Formats: sequence, structure tokens, C-alpha cells
Amino acid sequence: MAASTLFDKVWKSHEVVPETAATPAVLYIDLHLVHEVTSPQAFSLLRSLKLPVRQPQRTLATMDHSTPTTTDQVFGNVPITLDAAAKQVRQLEQNAAEFGVELFGMRDARRGIVHVISPELGASRPGMTIVCGDSHTSTHGAFGALAFGIGSTEVGHVLATQCLLQRKPKSFAINVEGKLPAGVTAKDLILAIIGKIGVSGGTGHVLEYRGSTIRGLSMEERMTICNMSIEAGARAGMVAPDEVTFAYLEGKPRAPTGRQWDESLARWKTLVSDPGAAFDMSIDIDATAIEPMVTYGTNPGMVVAIGGVIPKPSGDAIHDKALGYMGFQGGDAMLGKPVNTVFIGSCTNGRLEDLEAAASVLRGRKVAPGVHLLIVPGSQEVKRAAEAAGFADVFRAAGADWRESGCSMCLGMNGDTVAAGQYSLSTSNRNFEGRQGVGARTLLASPLTAAASAVRGRITDPREFL
Amino acid sequence: MQPLRTVRSRTVVIPLANVDTDQIIPARFLTTTTKEGLGKQLFADWRYLPDGTPNPGFILNQPCAAECRILVAGRNFGCGSSREHAPWALLDYGIQAVISTEIADIFRSNSLKNGLLPVVVDEPTVTWLIDHPGAELTIDLDAALLTLPTGLTVAFPIEAFARHCLLNGVDELGYLQSKLADIERFEAETATCKR
Repeated sequence: MAASTLFDKVWKSHEVVPETAATPAVLYIDLHLVHEVTSPQAFSLLRSLKLPVRQPQRTLATMDHSTPTTTDQVFGNVPITLDAAAKQVRQLEQNAAEFGVELFGMRDARRGIVHVISPELGASRPGMTIVCGDSHTSTHGAFGALAFGIGSTEVGHVLATQCLLQRKPKSFAINVEGKLPAGVTAKDLILAIIGKIGVSGGTGHVLEYRGSTIRGLSMEERMTICNMSIEAGARAGMVAPDEVTFAYLEGKPRAPTGRQWDESLARWKTLVSDPGAAFDMSIDIDATAIEPMVTYGTNPGMVVAIGGVIPKPSGDAIHDKALGYMGFQGGDAMLGKPVNTVFIGSCTNGRLEDLEAAASVLRGRKVAPGVHLLIVPGSQEVKRAAEAAGFADVFRAAGADWRESGCSMCLGMNGDTVAAGQYSLSTSNRNFEGRQGVGARTLLASPLTAAASAVRGRITDPREFL
Repeated sequence: MQPLRTVRSRTVVIPLANVDTDQIIPARFLTTTTKEGLGKQLFADWRYLPDGTPNPGFILNQPCAAECRILVAGRNFGCGSSREHAPWALLDYGIQAVISTEIADIFRSNSLKNGLLPVVVDEPTVTWLIDHPGAELTIDLDAALLTLPTGLTVAFPIEAFARHCLLNGVDELGYLQSKLADIERFEAETATCKR
């Protein structure tokens, strides 16, 4: 048998009906994650066709995008500020009850960003197919799952049939070798990769992150990398499962146990790209040369090393428009640019290790006067762990605003927004125009860089604090 | 869904590359629970000034854009979020086809499921279209051909099954449901293997 990639193996084992020239494959979906923003229209479709959810036990719903992050709105008696958001939350509660779908609702201790909670439950596992009406579903590829974002119509297809019609994407090996230098994180690595291959460099492809650097990363770091695969346009990103993966999963609430664990483990160990497996594309990255990265423009590929300069206008319309939007001059240094807001959180960098990194910089220091540092844990579980570890005390002592979990300022749907013209250094995934609020200017970076910059009130190299 | 065979219209051109779905419809409008009425929020932050009045500098507010059914855009149109609200907003506004050198995966998939035609053609063709805004084009889905006013025809790729569904106005869900026996067989075969 020909050598197969990890992606080939997961794809093949989920083909209900293989693709032909005339028809796409019918692909079986093991786990369907649902949230309040992209599901209402899908549940309406089922209702209009009088269809049930075919496999409720393969469906897990939560609310994260529209939900408030202030404790009095989540747990107190203060109503959700935005009426439309409150309606969307109620709609998901109704839909989950009507269709028998498990919901981690507003006050559930297991609630959080959908891409944070599924891994921490042990619901995202190697070799699975996982979808969600959310482009950052690529996060779960960190477990060696094939995980990708879908639209609301497809959410309806999965609810109704547990399957999707899909053409098989191509494969793209991202080979990363060497040790990341001190102060350089997984976020910097993925920003550097996107900067290199571009925001459409992965279109039509499933990325597999490989090499000694990736093997040396924790699961949370791998999730940060896979999360931003979509920012390179890729359909998905994957990392082959290994001992790090297995150790993370063992004992998680929904991970298999006993004999089933042993059987699963034996199967998971086969989920690697075979020696000599062919990829449609590949690229080699030297991790030792990567520095802390910061975006300067309006897509995640417009990124420079923190000590670098903002590229000069090139006559490229998108570049010039981006500099105009950001209020930057080409040729200016990134270091020292002022920031008004710093956001630490999101499905990219809202996990415990991210908060630990931020706390390591903020411990014993204060947020610069006039800077709003908003820290939003990725889940209630992350929140509890960060409080138990003392990180929350560090944040509060530094003058940060410590909240309940959710997507929050990553996209500002819940009202956590950045004012027009203000600079936001954010650990999230998109610096698109208006992403964090109308006219808001977003710079993406790692939690270390975010914390260091919050302390100084300007873009700061986190290596100064090591 | 209505069968879609031909789109014939003048073009409106947004020459920028990497137009993301946050521009097509900003996140603050995603709190809706229906698909309807999103056209007025299409390109909201480019189309309206902070006081809510139309931005005269934006192409969709210019008289030449009226009744245009075909949007020509720079490469990688529709990148970013998976929000299907993006094609819903374009369709509700009146756009029936988007032409670019490259269209982002999830946006393309979402478009095909709603009858918005993603047309990917070569760079010289898009460059010509950007240089000739308002050109009267014919897109023939059956033949998968784009015809320029010069008479030049350009083939574009379109996935065979999506094309079949669009031409016949049929929903992909019906096809998936017709595979129920295969799905049940697959589930039975894999039931012993706890995924």
C-alpha cells in the first residue's frame, strides 16, 4: 500500500461514500460543536423539514461569541446588555432543549470558548473528524483530528445526517526544526509561518505541522498553531498525536478509560504520516531564527519581527490601505508604538499556559497608566485554574480587568470592543479592519508580548522581562 | 433554491485583495437568528460613514453600481470567518456572482449552497475586469464559461456536484439523506471502535 499522510488516514477512515468525478465524498463527522451564532438558521432548517438531530450524542453546544464577560451579567441579575445577543443565547437554549442536544449554558461550570472546552473535556481526540460553524475549528487538529470550520447550511447537514459532502483537499507539510529561542512562543511561530506563506498560502490544503519543534511543543502550544491555520487560508491544520497528546488526554472527563483507553491508544499510535508519504506542497521553517512577531497591517500575514520596521508603501493597494487604516508610516519601528488596549484571551491564546506566560511578566508590575488590559480566560475551567494558581491575583494586582470566559474582544460581538482609532495589542487571531470594533486598530502578538506591552504602554519586546 | 443557469449583468469592482468576511459583514450584525435582510449591512463599515450616512467614496454608493449583479474582487475574496452571513448579505443585496483569481474555501462552499456563484479565473482576466468596471458580462453556469464584452470567453472551474445542484435548484441535503443506508452501514461497522 502506498505511503499515506496522517490526513489521508483520517480522511479514508471517515469516507461513508468515496468521491467520484460527479459527486463529493460523504464524510462522517464524529463530533459536531455548536455555538449560538452560526446555529440558529441550521436548527430552523431542521424544524422546517421536521427532522431530528440524527446523533445528539455526537453534538455538543455552548455559547461563547455573544456572551457577556462581566460576572454580574453571567451569574448575577444584571441582564445581558445587548438585546440581540440575549435573544441569540435564549434561542440556543431553546434549540438545545427541543432537539435534545447537550448544552453548556451560560452558568454552566464547563462553559467556555467552544475550541477551548472540547479539548479540556477530552472530547477532541486523535483520528476524529470534528466540525463547527466556526473557522477556528482548525484548533482541534492539534490532536491529530481532521477539524474544520463550516457554514450554517453545513451545520444543518451535520445535524440532520452526521455527514458532510466534501471534496478531498490537498496536503501541505510545514516542517519546523530547531528550538524556539527564549521569549519566542507558538504564537510567534504561527505568525511567522503565515507571514511566509501568506494569508491564502494554504487555500485548498490541509496543513500538517511536523518536525522537532512541533514535537517539542505542549498541547496548548500546538492548539495555538493549528488554530491559526485558517489565517493562512488552509482548510485545516494537523499535528500527529504522540506521547504529549496521550498524556494530555489521559484522565480527561470524556477520554476513554480502561480497556477502551488501551484500544484507542493502539489506534492513535498509527496516526502518523508514513515515511515517504507524499505531500502536495511543503515548506521548511528554521525555528531558531524566529523572533517575537507583531502584525502591523490588517491581515495576519502583514507581520514583522518585533525589532523590525513597518514595510514602506510599495504601490500595493492593500498594503497602502492597511497602513492608512492603522495610522502607520512605512519605515517606522514597531518597538515603541503606543497601545491603548491590550487583550489577552481568545481561542488562540486564552488557555492556562497563555495566562501563566502573561502572569510571569505582570507579577509585581503594573499596567501602564491609561492602558486597559483585558484578560478573558478561554473557559470557566481555565478561569478556575488561573485563580487557583494565583495568576488572577497577579492580574488584579497589576491593574488588569479579569473577566468570565468567552470570545469577548476577539471580535467584539458581546460589546467588549475597542474604540475607533485606538490601538489594541491582542493575542487573538484576526487584525482585520473593524474586527475589535468599528475603526479599531489591532496588532496581533503573543501573550508575553501583550503583557510586556501592557506594562510599558507601548510595543515592547518581552525578552526585556526574561 | 431557484435554479441558476445564467448571470448577465454589468460588474461592480472592488479591486482589493484579501477582502475578508468581517468586511463583507461585520461581526456585530451576526446576532441575528435568521438569514434575511442582511443586504443593508453588506460592507457596512466601508459603505456607511460613522454617522450612518452613505459613504460617497465607496463604490456601492455610486450610481454605476445600481443593479449590478456581478462583483469583481482582488485575490482571496471571502477569507477569514466561516460566517454564512457573508453570502447571505451579498445575495440579499443583489449580487449573484463573485469573480476573482482566488476565493477562500469556506466562503466558496457557503456561496455554492446559497446560489451565489464563485467564479475563479486567471489573473489577466481579472486584471482586465478591474480595468473595465461596469463591463457587461455573461456567466453561463451550464457551460462554465464567462463571456466578456469583447467576445472573449474564459472557462472557470466549478465542482461538478455543486454545479448540478445550482442548475437544477436542488439542495445538497436531499442527496445526503438519500445516502442514509450507507450512513447507517458505516455507523454499524464503526460502532465497535470508540472514536
